[in-house]
Amino acid sequence: MEKLLEKALAGDIRSIARIISLIENDTPEKDELLKRIYPLSGRAMVLGITGSPGAGKSTLTDKVIESFRRRGKKVAVIAVDPSSPFSGGAILADRIRMQRHTGDPGVYIRSMGTRGSLGGLSRGAKESLILLDACGYDVIIIETVGVGQSEVDIIKIADTVCVVLVPGMGDDIQIMKAGIMEIANVFAINKADKPGVDRVAAEVRLMLDLVKDRSWTPPVHLTVAEDGTGVEELVDSLVAHGVFLKENPDGVRREWRRLAFEVEAVLLQSLTRLAEREWSAHRTDEVMNLLLSRRTNPYAVAEDVLRKILPCDRADRGATEEEDSPDVAANDG
Amino acid sequence: MNERKIRVVVAKPGLDGHDRGAKIIARALRDAGSEVIYTGLRQTPEQIVDTVIQEDADAVGISILSGAHTFYFNRIIELLRERGAGDVIIFGGGVIPDSDIPALLEAGAGAIFGPGTPTSVCVKWLEEAVAKKRAEE
Repeated sequence: MEKLLEKALAGDIRSIARIISLIENDTPEKDELLKRIYPLSGRAMVLGITGSPGAGKSTLTDKVIESFRRRGKKVAVIAVDPSSPFSGGAILADRIRMQRHTGDPGVYIRSMGTRGSLGGLSRGAKESLILLDACGYDVIIIETVGVGQSEVDIIKIADTVCVVLVPGMGDDIQIMKAGIMEIANVFAINKADKPGVDRVAAEVRLMLDLVKDRSWTPPVHLTVAEDGTGVEELVDSLVAHGVFLKENPDGVRREWRRLAFEVEAVLLQSLTRLAEREWSAHRTDEVMNLLLSRRTNPYAVAEDVLRKILPCDRADRGATEEEDSPDVAANDG
Repeated sequence: MNERKIRVVVAKPGLDGHDRGAKIIARALRDAGSEVIYTGLRQTPEQIVDTVIQEDADAVGISILSGAHTFYFNRIIELLRERGAGDVIIFGGGVIPDSDIPALLEAGAGAIFGPGTPTSVCVKWLEEAVAKKRAEE
């Protein structure tokens, strides 16, 4: 492990890839490893690219990589595709659009399945970026799965979020809705050579106009990822947002929020492990039959399991507080 | 600890543009619980080997219908060894004459599956090969 880490930090791709697998597989030595590399991280710009399936995220990512390479940056990409809820398998095919960058030693691309995570990311993605950051990649791009309206986990790990929209996906009410529309720091309206693009752009700008008093207004860019139109300007905005975060007090506030999310994520993961272990010990045919015949209920069973993990008087409170969802502030940089 | 998934790259080297077979095997492996990284068409051996290494794949499946299988298999095996990834399992399929198969196996390919092979045979073979490789780690 020590040797592997040493080689990874020296830039050996196979070692980096190996360690990412260890992180993804949640091996027992993972926490220790992350503790060690954490102090070396914190230099990279972490960029999230999200949007609906087929919006052109991978093609756009390909062009964004190209632009950052021209600017002399080393780029790592984590591209997440959905895992099957049935077999657990996955087809990871985002990199098809980025294959021309393989062979460039300044680009590392890794595909991941969601492996049961909701929210458009995988747990492995969140933790792998600490390693990639420590290994000296200047820009880390996380491409989420094709998302719907509310998979917004990307704001918990990215400094800058680019939401990719396309024409023809619905009317202005869709744009008014809460969720993904609120998390963008930069908008890319892709496939801008298709009809309807002006309307989408106008509706997004109108939505943005309605929010007053904010230090960063998300720029709206029209792009054609296929031929690279508008990508330079888009990347300029992404970089500008990075500068804004460093210079503005809102940036620190955002960083606090992100770090709090990180602690929460680790806490939840540890608690989940505990809960899963206790529950699998508790889960007998007898309990399942009681549940099936409705002589007991999931709430009571969960409480019993919780009592084994927590001191008695804490169990009831824990049961009601666990589902607390984190507060997602809108467009505040 | 999560169950350790089989990660397999499915690749199409060279100029033939027919990837129905590659897609069918990718789909079968997915349904068997593997994570399949598909490279898309017209890849060079260098691109395929870079992909295998970046993705930390256990195995790479190569689909060739162009007749250039001997060149591509040999080159990919050679590159993997050069890059310290000689332990990666290599298998393949496509239009490959029976008479060419022994030389490919001799060079280091684990298995060659011809047209008409049930996908379950490939899946089972790969699962066993990966289990054996991991046992040796």
